[in-house]
Amino acid sequence: MQSKSRSLVVAASLLLVVALFFPIWKVSLSAPQYPEGKGLFIWADKITGELPHDLQIINELNHYIGMKRITPESIKELKIIPPVLVLFALSGLAVGLKGGRKLLLAWLVLFAVAGAAGLYDFYSWEYDYGHDLNHNAPIQVPGMTYQPPLIGRKQLLNINVLSMPYIGGFAVFGSAFLAAYAYLRERKKATGVKDSPWQSM
Amino acid sequence: MEHKMSLKWISCRCLVLLVLALASFGCAQKGKPGLAKEAASKVYVPPGSHDEMYAFMSGGFSGQVSVYGIPSGRLFKVIPVFSQNPETGYGYSEETKAMLNTSYGFVPWDDAHHPEFSQTNGVPDGRWLFINGNNTPRIARIDLHDMETAEIMEIPNSAGNHGSPFTTMNSEYVVAATRFSVPVPQKDVPIASYKENFKGALSFVKVDPKSGHMNVAFQIMVPGFDYDLAHCGKGPSHGWAFFTCYNSEQAHTLLEINASKNDKDYIAAVNWKLAEKYIAEGKGKSMPANYYHNYVDEKTRVAKSEKVQSVKVLDPKECPGLIYYLPTPKSPHGVDVDPSGEYIVGGGKLATVLPVHSFSKMLKAIETNQVEGKIEGIPVLKYSATLAGEVKNPGLGPLHTEFDGKGYAYTSAFISSEIVKWKIGTWQVVDRIPTYYAIGHLSIPGGDSAKPWGKYALALNKVAKDRFLPTGPNQPQSAQLFDITGDKMKLLLDFPTIGEPHYAQMIPAEILTKHNQQIYALESNGNPNGIMMEDDAKVERKGNEVHIKMIATRSHFTPDCIEGIKVGDKVYFHVTNQEQDWDLPHGFAVQGMRNSELLIMPGETRTIVWEPKAPGVYPMYCTDFCSALHQEMQGYLRVSAAGSNVPIKYGTGK
Repeated sequence: MQSKSRSLVVAASLLLVVALFFPIWKVSLSAPQYPEGKGLFIWADKITGELPHDLQIINELNHYIGMKRITPESIKELKIIPPVLVLFALSGLAVGLKGGRKLLLAWLVLFAVAGAAGLYDFYSWEYDYGHDLNHNAPIQVPGMTYQPPLIGRKQLLNINVLSMPYIGGFAVFGSAFLAAYAYLRERKKATGVKDSPWQSM
Repeated sequence: MEHKMSLKWISCRCLVLLVLALASFGCAQKGKPGLAKEAASKVYVPPGSHDEMYAFMSGGFSGQVSVYGIPSGRLFKVIPVFSQNPETGYGYSEETKAMLNTSYGFVPWDDAHHPEFSQTNGVPDGRWLFINGNNTPRIARIDLHDMETAEIMEIPNSAGNHGSPFTTMNSEYVVAATRFSVPVPQKDVPIASYKENFKGALSFVKVDPKSGHMNVAFQIMVPGFDYDLAHCGKGPSHGWAFFTCYNSEQAHTLLEINASKNDKDYIAAVNWKLAEKYIAEGKGKSMPANYYHNYVDEKTRVAKSEKVQSVKVLDPKECPGLIYYLPTPKSPHGVDVDPSGEYIVGGGKLATVLPVHSFSKMLKAIETNQVEGKIEGIPVLKYSATLAGEVKNPGLGPLHTEFDGKGYAYTSAFISSEIVKWKIGTWQVVDRIPTYYAIGHLSIPGGDSAKPWGKYALALNKVAKDRFLPTGPNQPQSAQLFDITGDKMKLLLDFPTIGEPHYAQMIPAEILTKHNQQIYALESNGNPNGIMMEDDAKVERKGNEVHIKMIATRSHFTPDCIEGIKVGDKVYFHVTNQEQDWDLPHGFAVQGMRNSELLIMPGETRTIVWEPKAPGVYPMYCTDFCSALHQEMQGYLRVSAAGSNVPIKYGTGK
């Protein structure tokens, strides 16, 4: 691989390290009673409030509609994601340093699979969280479920929810983009295709 | 002789004017409708927007402090200070009762007069607000982070703590002057022995720069006059404090006549830096005393009382240079120091001119011994030697002066019911505007500090009469807001106040909003009866005391059903509000409890005691509409006959 492509892969790997230290996703809530908004940060290894007490406040509000308490300690994914990120970062570094287009493709495919699995898992967690409601909840609106959106905005009773990737999330997407770009660059060079790499996809 | 004659003539004229002023009381001119739109635009704060400034107003005989927004005149909060407040449980709950302890016992009320911000380099810094209790001499300190009373210090050897609690430039001290001289130490003597037995005390209360904790550092024993108001020096006069006094006649009865005889009374100038030196040299005598120091413990947030049993006293006779009297016409009330610290304005309520003393001339008069006599060892300086100038025609009954920082002073005139604006240096009156009615203090943001924010003046009027819709014989007092940015003062707004607003202090909002506290952190709740989680809730019997450690959270109490209480028990409800959400207090009340309710802020624990008198089942509930299921936030307390063997049993949702 060209040295430029290699540096791109190294950069992609380092971006995954960034994702260990910043929230990956942010769920923002606002309501008439909460003009200032409340926020949840989903990190690789934990879930926290945007402000120190936001998680507790969201849990207290959610008990009215029978949602389970979000207790980060009991979410097993939070134990799996950090080592997976580290694994991809290290193997990515190895690919970047050692070179090899095929190796990079393999890394990319695995990374894409893991990413998709992660997003699916997050979606199912949200699905479960929004659907598995306590039947004794004080507020029960027939037909209403409370699954937060994966990305984008949704009105759930009085609460407007906005769900978006955050710094860590953008780092993961950026990592995938850089690695994919490095791969396409290499392929273009190898096959001599003159077109834009995007057209060749 | 001629001088005397002319004064008499002036006094006569003054009386005539007074009668005229009183006669024209009811027919004062109202605001012109054409001006209303312009004024409205200056006080209109659109819905959802915030006021530019806070005003902290004394609640007078309500004993409290009220918090208003300026320029809207909207009331935000009444801070309980010297009076019990059943609305929050202040002075009723076990955590706050001690705040109102005094050497006379539990006093549930006081007469609050003068709020004063703590200062750094002569500028209000937004840390604390001090206020005096006039009736049972005390000074309170309010913490401006949570706007709650943090400390109350009783002042010994004092009576009528009126000249208080004015601060030095860095709040090294707040001062307290006794309005009523009394026997010191107190003893049973004939009232007619006033001259022989009665003394005044000027107190210097030290403020700890970190914690804000107060202690009475020393007192100066002074002749038995009525020490009325005070202000401390700043800039060049930092290190000095100035106290007005009237009744230099030392009358003890019918003071309105007998204490109004002398042409001049005094401003006492006290060199407190020298006093510190004398104290360090051991000149202060420890005198037995008995006074209370009440404060909220920072860790537990539970109020504690400490009894203090001595006070250091300085005798001016043994401390040369400590104190000088500046003759000031006539029964002076306010004493106000301009932002530069050079000029000291005396508001003689019966005077026809407003005298302004010069600090530098005072120092020179001391140096050159311009003394006209001595009173109990205190040198009296010559009036002409300290005088910088007199403001002629300052209105009738000039009381108080504040400053705009742009070279102008504003004096309130009670009898002629007006604010009079004059220029420092020329002493010329440049504008005057009526107030409705009978202004006492006035307030300009930072107007008694080294750096006024001279945009508004607030008139604190004693009488509202016809200004508002009538409310029976007892009308509210009235505050009036003026725009003082132009050459001419403009009336903007009238609004009613809590109690009698003797004095107010205003401060730009951002100085306070940046450190406003929204909750008490549950993890640092140090109340010995506080609990963190619902699982920790419990009911324990200790003899005839039942202690209920309870959680309040949206929308239930844990426990909410309690049995095993008996007639004759003393039931302690220790209620912790588990919420950590801003503006989410819970309330707590029990039917027939001969006590107040509790209002518990997020993360806070408050305790109220109930002594049930008859068997039965008593509901309890949350009184502060906390949530959609607030009405469901209730519970039952079963009370059994004395001697019955119903066991303690409790829980929620079981």
